[in-house]
Amino acid sequence: MTGIRVADLSYSYGAKTALDNVSFEVAQGAFCALLGPNGAGKSTLFNVLTRLFVPPEGRIEIAGINLNTQPRAALAKLGIVFQQSTLDLDLTVRQNLSYFAALQGIAGRERANRIDAVLDRLQITDRAREKARTLNGGHRRRAEIARALLHSPAVLLLDEPTVGLDAAARASITDHVHSLSDDGTTILWATHLADEVRPDDRLVILHQARVLADADARDFQGDASLQDAFLALTA
Amino acid sequence: MTGYLTSLIAIITREALRFVHQRERFVAALVRPLVWLLVFAAGFRAALGLSIIPPYQTYITYETYIVPGLCGMILLFNGMQSSLSLIYDREMGSMKLLLTSPMPRWWLLMSKLLGATAISILQVYAFLLIAGLYGIKMPAAGYITVLPALIVAGLMLGSLGLLLSSFIKQLENFAGAMNFVIFPMFFLSSALYPLWKMAESSELLHDICAVNPFTHAVELIRFALHTQFNGAALGWTLLAAAVFTAAALWGYSPEGSGIRRRS
Repeated sequence: MTGIRVADLSYSYGAKTALDNVSFEVAQGAFCALLGPNGAGKSTLFNVLTRLFVPPEGRIEIAGINLNTQPRAALAKLGIVFQQSTLDLDLTVRQNLSYFAALQGIAGRERANRIDAVLDRLQITDRAREKARTLNGGHRRRAEIARALLHSPAVLLLDEPTVGLDAAARASITDHVHSLSDDGTTILWATHLADEVRPDDRLVILHQARVLADADARDFQGDASLQDAFLALTA
Repeated sequence: MTGYLTSLIAIITREALRFVHQRERFVAALVRPLVWLLVFAAGFRAALGLSIIPPYQTYITYETYIVPGLCGMILLFNGMQSSLSLIYDREMGSMKLLLTSPMPRWWLLMSKLLGATAISILQVYAFLLIAGLYGIKMPAAGYITVLPALIVAGLMLGSLGLLLSSFIKQLENFAGAMNFVIFPMFFLSSALYPLWKMAESSELLHDICAVNPFTHAVELIRFALHTQFNGAALGWTLLAAAVFTAAALWGYSPEGSGIRRRS
């Protein structure tokens, strides 16, 4: 079973084409980096994958479930970290997680247990009672990743999750999310920074609405650095 | 069903928490109608003669007349306030959490609507309490019979807010919407003056007032506060609520034309 399957996907804003016949697959439990410069169409692709937009053409499967025909079942398999923070800054970390768990239909003791587990997993248990407003950027991102994992999604989407973070926080978040794929979670990590991609990662390069490359990062870069190979392809 | 209930409770709790965090919003929501009641109505009392019209069975003071309209005003402003908070949620990104939840979107939006209506009704009762302390009292049973009327009127005005939020692109555009929605709705209604008074000035304005759903919401509240039932007002208010809700749900659907504005 594939984690994510996208086939023949197109999307336009009026006359401007944002996605042009995009197709790719991510195997279950794989870490896939969606690399593309600003304006490549990454955020549009995320909006389509999360059904905020419905594309006129193309097919999307999340963990084998067709997003168009079974949207609720597919969304239930999806954990999402949006580029823009979606924490309620006036609520504590635990309240934010609790609210999200309820939107997933998780209640009672199970909700409390799951919140404890993800806080521990992201190493922010000591921040649980703090208001989101008081957290630094790195901890806010951790809280959002913890929240996205609450319902044990099969697929985790992260849209440029390290934007605005300092180097240490960026490295820490990148390492941590890479480790999440070890337990079988499929990861799609959108970024415009080549240094966040590792040789073992699956790599999809999106540029000017089209997929320019779909390969293992190691194979794609060859003897060059990934940064150089990426710049050569998108120049 | 548990999932539905869980999400409903969570959304209402969040609305309540947000309200508690914004005490000034509660004060503003109360001060506005109280200024109308204690200042405007006092000034207008002498200028505006009222005949005996249903549901009143005797001559009433102007203050008594405008209380239902001011209850409607609280619901109207709260409907717009919830619209504002939805637009804010969208700009801040937290609306995406709702829209990507596996729970049905209509249910989540209805939960939002119910939460906002519940908070509006609490404010109406706080206003009625202060008005009562000031000496403007309704029949005792009226405070109970008005509750279903407030729920229907609150849902109708909340759904109007929901509809507006699905079509207003940015927070900055909200002030314009306020001018084009709140003020015409409020002044072109029976909130401040009976419709026959309006007819004396202009038949056209009277006709506009008569089709304004806010007029019917106010009349529904007015009759209910005097323990009477106004079937026509209920029908029109429910119809408006159904139309606004259906349009808002369409606006928020992935297929709705408004969805691209929520990127």
